[in-house]
Amino acid sequence: MISITAILEEVKIMIDNAIKLQDPVENRHMKKKPLSGFLNFQRKFKKDDRIMHPFSVLVNKEISDHVRSWRFIILLSIITLTCLGSVYTALQGIGKAANANESVNSFLFLKLFTVSDGTLPPFFVFISFLGPLLGISMGFDAINSEHNKGTLSRVLAQPIHRDYLINAKFVAALYVISVMFFSLGFLVMGLGLIITGILPSAEEFLRVVSFIFLSIIYVSFWLNLSILFSVRFRQPATSALAGIAVWLFFTVFYSIIVSVIAKAATPSVTATTQQVINYNKLIMDLFSILPSQMFSDATTTLLVPTVRSLGPLTMEQVIGTIPSPLPLGQSLLLVWSQITGLIAATTLCFVLSYVSFMRREIRSR
Amino acid sequence: MDGNIIELIDLTKEYGSFTAVNHLSLAIGKGEIFGLLGPNGAGKSTTILMMLGLTEPTSGSVTVCGIDSTTNPIEVKKRVGYMPEDLGFYDDYTGLENLIYTARLNRMSYNEARKSAENLIGRVGLADSASKKAGKYSRGMRQRLGLADILIKNPEVIILDEPTLGIDPKGVNEFLDLIVRLSKEEGHTVLLSSHHLYQVQQVCDRVGLFVEGKLIAEGDISTLSRKLFSNEPFIIEAGISFPGHNLSDSSVITSEAGRVKEILQKIDGVITVSMENNDMSIDCSRDVTGDIAKAIIESGFGLSYLTKKEFGLNDIYNRYFGGGEDHD
Repeated sequence: MISITAILEEVKIMIDNAIKLQDPVENRHMKKKPLSGFLNFQRKFKKDDRIMHPFSVLVNKEISDHVRSWRFIILLSIITLTCLGSVYTALQGIGKAANANESVNSFLFLKLFTVSDGTLPPFFVFISFLGPLLGISMGFDAINSEHNKGTLSRVLAQPIHRDYLINAKFVAALYVISVMFFSLGFLVMGLGLIITGILPSAEEFLRVVSFIFLSIIYVSFWLNLSILFSVRFRQPATSALAGIAVWLFFTVFYSIIVSVIAKAATPSVTATTQQVINYNKLIMDLFSILPSQMFSDATTTLLVPTVRSLGPLTMEQVIGTIPSPLPLGQSLLLVWSQITGLIAATTLCFVLSYVSFMRREIRSR
Repeated sequence: MDGNIIELIDLTKEYGSFTAVNHLSLAIGKGEIFGLLGPNGAGKSTTILMMLGLTEPTSGSVTVCGIDSTTNPIEVKKRVGYMPEDLGFYDDYTGLENLIYTARLNRMSYNEARKSAENLIGRVGLADSASKKAGKYSRGMRQRLGLADILIKNPEVIILDEPTLGIDPKGVNEFLDLIVRLSKEEGHTVLLSSHHLYQVQQVCDRVGLFVEGKLIAEGDISTLSRKLFSNEPFIIEAGISFPGHNLSDSSVITSEAGRVKEILQKIDGVITVSMENNDMSIDCSRDVTGDIAKAIIESGFGLSYLTKKEFGLNDIYNRYFGGGEDHD
């Protein structure tokens, strides 16, 4: 039959092309522009002659969709504005902070992220507030909108593994969030540097970088949660609402519930010290499973090196300690459980959405 | 085995207690245009999903281009272009960009993808709307874009799930012509599912009838009707007129009709005669059309038409799908 030979010819040509594209000239071409590529999609596309792995094609598309979407532009401008606002208040308050506590002046630069003159909350509080919103808004329609548009079955009929799609959704959103947070973080640092003239020490720099990493993990927790909802719920509105409901529950209602429990479990006046300690521990444990609590505990410890413990300290533990800030390693050690908890929650959400996506039957609309 | 590009062997898919596809065996040869016919919910789409490895069969095996779809779906999807029932595109991308995206997912470089997308979009007749956003496309245009979308990966097999759904009759004809023309040019094997019989009748080399998860018959249309109606008598339909009689007098008509019946009953081979108004339906054990004509004319009646009834796809359809309960 003609078709067999025709197809064989075609395959041969394709293989030849593939081999041609592997030659060193092309490779040099590739190495030259991993970064500039993202800055200008159109230009990159136009002179592109290399074969990209389907996964990177998917990720590229997702990233450009995110960057071009109004949703992201709006959130980006809100976050940028609040970030600039908090830098302003921090600069107002930093003078007082510098005078008040001479002994920890070495960490003055970090105060850019934590100090406020009272008109606006500091930077890290803003991140813990807007981060969930960012994560939810970037993931809530990841899978179900593809399904509703009817593109899901078409994309999955291409020669790609099914998990490429959900992985690409996650990776692309994570990429965009990382770029955004790093640029915002460095923007704040740069502004502080220019305006105050304080130079950050290496440790301060590392603390800020780990704070940014932590924020990315925190946002990706919400991102994965909303991707999970987008797999489970057919309607994007439902999954967005579910995400916001969880967020509201954690920020508003959970603390109410905990305070009700706390009231009920209040030890009597005659309680022993041990009972009081247990009671405090219970309340703290109840709070510490909150992702937002984990995040704010971890960030406070990282950004305020004088924080020595997240729980109550007995007098015996405090006696004899030198009132100096903790080194970065010790601070990280202190919040290691929070970091692990956040990463675990993020992974759990991703695994759940991955499994339910892989098990799902892909039908058209 | 050799010429078959799609082979389903004893394929079964169960959803809980519901059996969507029931021990289906089917082979489709290379270069063939095969129509999968059946009412909604017969399991056509499920079968197609299993061919692509998008759904796992409960038992049985699917082989496409000699590759097992269940264990190696990627290789199958490289060779098969699939157009889903209700296909969608990224609305804020242009038609061309949508095609390029698909091409790049099939490991084409951007330049290569752009070239073949431009070529294909012209071939399906969308050259003027190539830079229009896909969200602005009409239904028929989307369908054409869908065809370009599957052809861009240069597949060996094209699977179209209800491709004619929601297009107007003229559009359907154009679209089916396009499918046939393109697939004959490139030598693709085409499998299309539909519940529109006439459309499928026009283009398919062979059809398979699918009811409640079972393939009840397959073959080209004429073999199919022969196979399905082999035990049926010939049915001849005749239009009788009664010259010289007052047609408003119904008693005359009745008596005259009785005479015709009597005459026809005497012909050797005629089993039963039934009459409704002036139309007569005669069941015969063999082809006695000529004798009937002669008898009617010789008795002095007028004959306005005489046809031997052919069983078309529609009769097949009514019998198996529309008839409802009488199939097992």
